[in-house]
Amino acid sequence: MGATVVTVTSGKGGVGKTTVTANLAVALALLGQRVLAVDTDIGLRNLDVVLGLENRIVYDLVDVVEGRCRMRQALIRDKRLSELFLLPAAQTRDKSAVNPEQMVKLCAQLRPEFDFVFVDSPAGIEQGYRNAVAPADKVLIVTTPEVSAVRDADRIVGLVESEGKGPAKLIINRLNPAMVRREEMLSTVDVVEILAIDLIGVIPEDPAVIVSTNRGNPVSLDGRSPSGQAFRNIAGRLMGQDIPIMPIKESASMLDRLSRFFRG
Amino acid sequence: MTELVTIKGTSEGLIITLGAGPLETVVSEMEERLASRASFFRGGRVALRVGDRSMSVEQLQEIGVILERLGMTLWAVNGDHPATHVAARELELEVDLHPSMPHTTATSESISLEEMAGIVVHRTLRSGQAVHYPGHVTVIGDVNSGAEIVAGGDIIVWGRLRGNAHAGAMGDEQAVICALQMQPNQIRIGSHIARPPDRSWRPKAPEEASVQDEGIVVERWKKSE
Repeated sequence: MGATVVTVTSGKGGVGKTTVTANLAVALALLGQRVLAVDTDIGLRNLDVVLGLENRIVYDLVDVVEGRCRMRQALIRDKRLSELFLLPAAQTRDKSAVNPEQMVKLCAQLRPEFDFVFVDSPAGIEQGYRNAVAPADKVLIVTTPEVSAVRDADRIVGLVESEGKGPAKLIINRLNPAMVRREEMLSTVDVVEILAIDLIGVIPEDPAVIVSTNRGNPVSLDGRSPSGQAFRNIAGRLMGQDIPIMPIKESASMLDRLSRFFRG
Repeated sequence: MTELVTIKGTSEGLIITLGAGPLETVVSEMEERLASRASFFRGGRVALRVGDRSMSVEQLQEIGVILERLGMTLWAVNGDHPATHVAARELELEVDLHPSMPHTTATSESISLEEMAGIVVHRTLRSGQAVHYPGHVTVIGDVNSGAEIVAGGDIIVWGRLRGNAHAGAMGDEQAVICALQMQPNQIRIGSHIARPPDRSWRPKAPEEASVQDEGIVVERWKKSE
C-alpha cells in the first residue's frame, strides 16, 4: 500500500486552500497518520507560514525536482507533531520550474513513506494547477458560499472530471449561519445544488482561524474551536469514518446575548 | 595541493583551477561542485586555470560544453603548456586572465574578502526577489521575508533583514552579515546555517552575525577596532 495523494484546489484565490490543507494535514497527523503536506504554489508559497515552519526551510520542491538535494533533506518535520512533514515550494522561481510528469514521479517516490500526501494547489487553472492535480488520487475542491467562488469551483469540477480525477469532493469554507438565516449568504444546500458533487465538510466562519494562521498554529490543533472540530471531522471522513455532517450552529454574538438578556 | 578543483569568485567572474590528477576525475569533480550550486553559478563566466597540463582542443571543448549545460560560459584558459595556448587560441578563448595574475600552477590562494568587488542594491527586496553575487552585497532598504541574498562575501543590510541571507556562499567562513534590524528567517555563512528562536522578538540595535567556534553568533554591531 501507499499514501493517498489528496490535492486541495479551488480555482479562485483566497477561499482557504492553504488553511484547509494545513488543518487537514494536522488533523490527520493527530489521528496517528503519517502525513506530508506539499506546497506547489511556487513563487507564492504560504503553507510554510501557516504551519509555522517558515524559518526551517533549507531545500524545497524545486531543489528536489532539479536534483540539488535528496528528498529526505527537503522534508521538514513539524515542530509539534512528529508524524507531520512539509515539502515547501520555492519562492524565487515560478510555476514553470516543475511540470506535471515530475510531480507524478515525485509523489510516486513519496507514497511508500506516508499514509496521506496533501498537495496544496495554487489558484488558477494554469500550469500550477495542472502540477498539483496530476498526481492526485482524490481532489478536494474548496469554495466559500459566494457566487464568484462557486462559479470558479464549478469550472474546476469540470476540469477535474475531464482529467479523469473525479468525482471531486467539496469543502464549503467560511459559512456564516446567521447570514444564511437572513438569506444574505448562499446556504450549504444552495452550493451543493449548483455543484452537484459530494460534500465532505462545512467549516464555519471563525475568527480563531485568522489568529491561528497568523501565529503559524493551525486551528485544528485545538479541538474546542468550531472550525477546528469541523476540520477534525473531515479528517475522520477521509479515513473512511462515518461522521454525519452536522448543521452549523449559530454562535450567539455578544450583541445577540445582550439583546436576549434585555428582552428577558 | 590536496584539492582537485578550486572555484573562486572575482569581479571578473569565476576562476576555476584544475589541480593535479587524471583529467577525467578532475573534470567530473568540477562538474559535481558546480552542479551542487548550479543556481548560484548560473549566468556566470568562467576562466579556467590548468597549470602545466597540456590541453587539446577537444578537451577544452568538452569542458566548455559541461559549463554551458550548467548555464556558464568559458571565456578564458590560462596555462603554462604551449599546446594549451594553441588549443585555447584555436577556440578563440582569451589566454591571459589578468596581467597581474600570477602564473603559478594550481595554487589555491583565495581572493581575500578585502579585495572582493561589491554591489549596492538600492531598493527593498520583496518576497521572491533574489540577489546572487560572487562579491559583497550591500542593500540600502529592507529585505523582506521570502527574499534572499546569496553573496560570495559579506552582506550588509541598511534596513530590516527579514528574509534569508547567505554570506561567504563559496565557502568563506570569515564573511559576516550585518543589518540595522536583524530579524531573518534564516542566515547562512559558508557552510553554517542558523535560524532565530521561535518566540518573536525585536532587536533594539544593529547586529552582526559571524562564525565563531563552528557556529553562527549574532551580536550587537561593534565599532571595529
